[in-house]
Amino acid sequence: MSLSGLFLIVFLLIHLLGNLQLLKADGGQAFNIYGYFMTHNPLIKMVSYGLYLFILIHAIQGTLLWLKNRSAKGSSYAVNSNAGTNMFSRYMMHFGIIIFIFIIIHMIQFWLKMKMGVLDQVSYDGVDHTVANLYAPCQLAFSNIGYVLFYVLSMLILAFHLNHGFQSAFQTLGWNHPKYNGLIKIVGLLYSILIPLGFAIIPIFMFLNK
Amino acid sequence: MSALHLNLKVWRQKNQQSKGEFQTYQVEANEHMSFLEMMDVLNQDLIEKKKEPVAFDHDCREGICGACSMVINGKPHGPLSGTTTCQLHMRHFKDGETIVVEPFRAKAFPIVRDLVVDRSSFDRIIQAGGFISVNTGQAIDGNAIPIDKDTASKSFDAAACIGCGACVAACPNGSAMLFTSAKISHLGLLPQGKMEHTRRVNNMVSQMDEEGFGFCSNIGACEAECPKGISLENIARMNRGYIKASLLD
Repeated sequence: MSLSGLFLIVFLLIHLLGNLQLLKADGGQAFNIYGYFMTHNPLIKMVSYGLYLFILIHAIQGTLLWLKNRSAKGSSYAVNSNAGTNMFSRYMMHFGIIIFIFIIIHMIQFWLKMKMGVLDQVSYDGVDHTVANLYAPCQLAFSNIGYVLFYVLSMLILAFHLNHGFQSAFQTLGWNHPKYNGLIKIVGLLYSILIPLGFAIIPIFMFLNK
Repeated sequence: MSALHLNLKVWRQKNQQSKGEFQTYQVEANEHMSFLEMMDVLNQDLIEKKKEPVAFDHDCREGICGACSMVINGKPHGPLSGTTTCQLHMRHFKDGETIVVEPFRAKAFPIVRDLVVDRSSFDRIIQAGGFISVNTGQAIDGNAIPIDKDTASKSFDAAACIGCGACVAACPNGSAMLFTSAKISHLGLLPQGKMEHTRRVNNMVSQMDEEGFGFCSNIGACEAECPKGISLENIARMNRGYIKASLLD
């Protein structure tokens, strides 16, 4: 759970850095060239299959863990105090399900179109081959207020999931030390705010600039 | 000495198989009584009325044996932090208050009767490795082995665990990792227990899983409710030991 989680945490940063090119005012040139690179570089292709595997492992492990823990608790209390806990840690499974549904919709929307080769090809000066215009479906999706809201809300849920997940991964791996616990908490909090915020800015920006 | 008139909603259950339910009782207590003494007053009243008294665990009534349990208003050992039920006094409740009393709930702690749960799963975890193997003979001088103060203190803090099971009761996952890790830390931090640390972690964690306890998802309810203030740091130490044990054995 923790190792696959940490891998996905690192992936989010890489994914965000690539996506920030959507904010460039070049009609999608940088983003499309980047998209071509990501789908044609053999190393990245291999890592991406690892990524799909890790997402599945994380989701399956999480579900099994949740089922096991529910059965280990058996019955519930008439009065719950929830002292010393926060809702981020108590609803990890619920947030995870929403994020998983988001990933499926997100992949159908962009990844599948890229893989099926239904996107238009465009050529740019200085590039000796044509590249798929992945920018177009992004532009189309984020001109729809419904999709923009869906993406922004999903990122809010991702922030909740990361808020607990980041520091929890360290604790599970036994990386707990009074000297560094504060640092892990602060970095985790910043990461859980900044990464989803970075992702959420993109659809909002594209909607406002349509 | 002011009297307290309380409404008690107490979980009554004949045995493990039967279906339990809440029963409401009125009790007159005073503020100097401990929670258990208040329960004694209720039971005396029930006995006088030829009714079945409420079964609950208790022993030393000094906060050190770990026998008392109960979830009071949603909190194991009641509203006062760092306190067992026997050391919880009625002055922390208001006159006319309704108090909900439930047994510790976890699959590995089956209900025996009313508020009594079977915590022998903890005993079996201890039996699996919560000891150090020493040859019999004359006891050696305790100060012959140098131990630095910080390590001794950490070990002592972990040893403060009285094995009451409040951690399991508080955990939404019914996990016993705070208890098991406290026992593992208290022995494994000291030179006498260090040698068997890896094997101990492996055996105790295996037994813990076999008993049907849940897995830790780092929620932190156990640490908040522990009457002895056992830290989550112990769970991380156990996890380190477990990873090492998995790689080496």
